[in-house]
Amino acid sequence: MIKRLTWRVATVTEIRQETPTARTLVFDVPGWPGHLPGQHVDVKLTADDGYSAQRSYSIANGDDGERVELTVQQVGDGEVSPYLTEVLEVGDQIELRGPVGGWFVWRPHSSPPVLLIGGGSGIVPLMAMIRSRGKSDTPFRLLYSLRDPGQLYYAGELEKVMAGVEVAYLYTRTAPPDAGRAPGRIRAADLVAYGWPPETAPDVFVCGPTGFVEAAADLLTELGHDPAKIKTERFGPTGG
Amino acid sequence: MGIISRAFQGRPRDHDEKLPPGQYLVHDFPVLSAGPTPRVPLDRWEFAIDTPEGEVHRWSWEEFQALPQETPTVDLHCVTKWSKFGTEWKGVSLDVLMEDVESAAEYALAYSYGGYTTNLPLEDLLDGKAWIVHEFDGEELAPAHGGPARLLVPHLYLWKSAKWVKGIRLLNDDWPGFWETAGYHNYGDPWREQRYQGD
Amino acid sequence: MDQLDYQDGNALAGPLSEIFTLDVTTAHGTCAGCGRRGVLAELRVYGPEPGLVARCPGCEEVVLTLVRGPKDAWLDLRGSVSLRIPIAE
Repeated sequence: MIKRLTWRVATVTEIRQETPTARTLVFDVPGWPGHLPGQHVDVKLTADDGYSAQRSYSIANGDDGERVELTVQQVGDGEVSPYLTEVLEVGDQIELRGPVGGWFVWRPHSSPPVLLIGGGSGIVPLMAMIRSRGKSDTPFRLLYSLRDPGQLYYAGELEKVMAGVEVAYLYTRTAPPDAGRAPGRIRAADLVAYGWPPETAPDVFVCGPTGFVEAAADLLTELGHDPAKIKTERFGPTGG
Repeated sequence: MGIISRAFQGRPRDHDEKLPPGQYLVHDFPVLSAGPTPRVPLDRWEFAIDTPEGEVHRWSWEEFQALPQETPTVDLHCVTKWSKFGTEWKGVSLDVLMEDVESAAEYALAYSYGGYTTNLPLEDLLDGKAWIVHEFDGEELAPAHGGPARLLVPHLYLWKSAKWVKGIRLLNDDWPGFWETAGYHNYGDPWREQRYQGD
Repeated sequence: MDQLDYQDGNALAGPLSEIFTLDVTTAHGTCAGCGRRGVLAELRVYGPEPGLVARCPGCEEVVLTLVRGPKDAWLDLRGSVSLRIPIAE
């Protein structure tokens, strides 16, 4: 029988610092029903006087039993992200509800090439797709736009050569000397150089701050990509 | 109540007799949006009051600016629980705008550039309780906060203070507005904590 | 920046999961304002406070609002002609 989603208790089992202001939280969630890459969860924090606050976060890992990973970027004046990035420790408990969202998902049995375009912490659900690719022979290309090398999430994992996954870094402000691309926001030339041509009809997933997603989606349609093949996840001005 | 998250405080809960129940104090000026921010050029801006009897009163920007101006200092209470004390505005009292309006109407519907609407009893707009304001804190009112001009009705929750106000329609029958038809309280008195329908 | 303060309709998935057992964000709907067809996940969502307001990406008319009080949720589909909701076998 189908039931409405309920809040589940999630216990922190591991914490990995991704950048000075972002970290990955690994949770054990008894009863977790599994998820598709690209889905998200709602997080609920409750204070001892009953006050509670909720936020939504993309899931970072592939389906893996009762294990759920979130990567959280600290957003200045929020009340949830500073707690998740600075206070929460291994062994602490919060509540999760999910997985939710059936649109911005990649289904591992689908066959067209995959083009992932992420801006800042928009990499998170795209990473879940890469991690879910497994031994599939679907070729992936990732365009990862980030301010500077210090903002890179999943550094060790992305830098390892993954067969069938090509990664291009688009630095917007400061690029390493060997980058081979002047720093700047995403442009049509990036999509031509590092993306798939429209004729290959890729499944396209774009995630990031709203301005970034608008720009990338416009460039894609100008280049001739079918808007029906472009799925987007805009998370507002900052993603807070 | 769910499980407690260790050491989670959330935002501060204040206790101040100037705060209506359930509210907390902010020092910035949060912006909540229900849609794109309208941009209204002043040469095309107009404010109108119309009545069920068929009267229409209109003001261009210049005519509106030429009316007697007041500078109310008021506390704001948003239904999302933040309050802001001592905000300083400049604008025209609804008493001035209503001076020549003859009507037996008892209700008002404020409507805005961009399509927003909110309803309130006409008496809540009169007797020094409401203004059409165009300056905040000595500066022209920013579009994010409702500029060029917004309604200001500080004794009700802030959603009643329609941003980008375009006019007020006087009505014989109450006509619930955007949030009032979407679940929020029809009147919205912060001191009686009238947040949602049924409160 | 204030023109870019919306999210995609994907953001409705969690709040609507309190009401529906199926994922309604993949439902196809028609905008009552302009007749544009699309899935709810492609709407432009403003909020979450004071309520979620989902607008048509074509004409910016309000398609759906969702207000969550402490004990009730109010779902208003004022700008939607009908929804075709996929129901898996």
